Amino acid sequence: MNLLVEPFVNNPFMLRALIAGLLVSVTCGVVGTFIVLRGLAFIGDALAHGVLPGIAIAMLIGVPGIIGAAVSAVIMIGGITVITNRSRLTSDTAIGLLFVGMLALGVVIVSRSSSFSGDLVHILFGEILGISTGSIVLQAIATAFIIAAAIVFARPFLLLCFSPEQAQVSGFSAKLYHYIMLAMIALAVIISFQTVGTMLVFGMLLAPAGAAALLARRIKYMIVYASILGFSSVYLGLLISYNFNLAAGSSIVLCAVLIFFIVFTIKNLQARHQARKGLALND
Amino acid sequence: MTDLASNRLFTRALSIGYKDEVIVKGIDLALAGGQSLALIGTNGSGKSTLLKTLVGLLPPLAGDLNIVHPREIAYLSQFHSSGFILPLCAVDVVRMGRYAEHGLMGKLTSEDDDLIHLSLKRMGMEKYAEKPLRSLSGGQQQRVYIAQALARHAEVLVMDEPTSGLDAGAHEIYKQALTDEMQRGASIVVATHDIQEALECSQTLLLARKVIAYGPGTEVITPESLLETFGITINLREAKLGVTVIERDHCCDHPDERG
Repeated sequence: MNLLVEPFVNNPFMLRALIAGLLVSVTCGVVGTFIVLRGLAFIGDALAHGVLPGIAIAMLIGVPGIIGAAVSAVIMIGGITVITNRSRLTSDTAIGLLFVGMLALGVVIVSRSSSFSGDLVHILFGEILGISTGSIVLQAIATAFIIAAAIVFARPFLLLCFSPEQAQVSGFSAKLYHYIMLAMIALAVIISFQTVGTMLVFGMLLAPAGAAALLARRIKYMIVYASILGFSSVYLGLLISYNFNLAAGSSIVLCAVLIFFIVFTIKNLQARHQARKGLALND
Repeated sequence: MTDLASNRLFTRALSIGYKDEVIVKGIDLALAGGQSLALIGTNGSGKSTLLKTLVGLLPPLAGDLNIVHPREIAYLSQFHSSGFILPLCAVDVVRMGRYAEHGLMGKLTSEDDDLIHLSLKRMGMEKYAEKPLRSLSGGQQQRVYIAQALARHAEVLVMDEPTSGLDAGAHEIYKQALTDEMQRGASIVVATHDIQEALECSQTLLLARKVIAYGPGTEVITPESLLETFGITINLREAKLGVTVIERDHCCDHPDERG
């Protein structure tokens, strides 16, 4: 039992990592649910990777990385909107263009600076074990903001998931709430990159929510399940990282993906069992 | 000019389409409370475009469109791709029909709950209220979507091919629900491929990227108008109405124009 609790009690950095991980889990549980239900995985992925140049430039000029990430996110969403509205191209083409363009720009900037190699690892894979109390406070504020937004905008978000047209005719601007949703995804990415890194934040957005989608019968439960599964991944990932001296962020996301496949397998076995039971009853 | 005092819906010389393309022009309609209007035509004839214009999803390109306040319009669209993905129970879908009335945060009352369950009951789906939407068949999901439109308790119901996927029993339930809606004074606009349904409506508008005919179904549905709308051959022996419809898509360049 001590093995399960001691690392967090005896090491303040592990406790801070656990608290930060809890906040990331809740943020990604809320936002990831809408990403999964609205099929926004590609834009989520693009945002998670496309913030790299902003963070790199911010670090070069000595500004907090969060500000650089926010500017990158705004440029990406704006660019995707302009290309989609002013051409006959579909949004996934626009997203893909901005995605590779921003990622390439990030790598070019990083490659020009010899002092970046250590920081780059932090940007890509996070520094959950070195997270400061200040960052946790910031993350808590962002998490509270995202929860509040999900509660206030629950109706238009639900209608958007069901049908953007239905949202529009029900008096909720489909465009406005779509952009609010994108802003929430961007905020989740920006606030979580310090913890699990830009490469892995997408895993935390997708894997717990994907598993929760297989389990939940209602969207509010899906958010709760996604947050719980996300936190379970954080807890297990930190324990594995601590005991086997492995990269913490990657361990957490690997746990999240593993949990998804466990849930997926159980649900498939259940469905197969029920189908067999149905056939047996018919015989 | 006829106004909304006598008509729930009134259009004059209305042109519909997308920003770079007029699909149908010169549409004159007048629909009073308790009346129904059927739109018939092939795929790409402008039916869905007209419905989307009526509910405010597309702006009119020219002419006059007078209709009740958007809050008083219920809309059932043709496509629901999310039915098998969303973690929602049937009652949750119907509950969404009440959101227009209460906005972002307004509390749903016991009257709303009554309306939600009554709508499910009217579509014969009451016992499925707490069932996950994705566990229902396509036809059952369609009944839930119709129940959502009924739950709006709107002055005008606008429905795009609502009977697609419904079996014969569900079709009768749907017809009864529409009759009840008209009896309480609601107006109904429905796009359909079912000529029998169109004949039962107060008015029919035949579309083929232009207005072919408009008026009471029994007067405007003629061999000539059907020939112009669909491309048909008369076969008095086989079909109920003595017609066999040969589907002929009208030119449809715009990706959003599907009906």
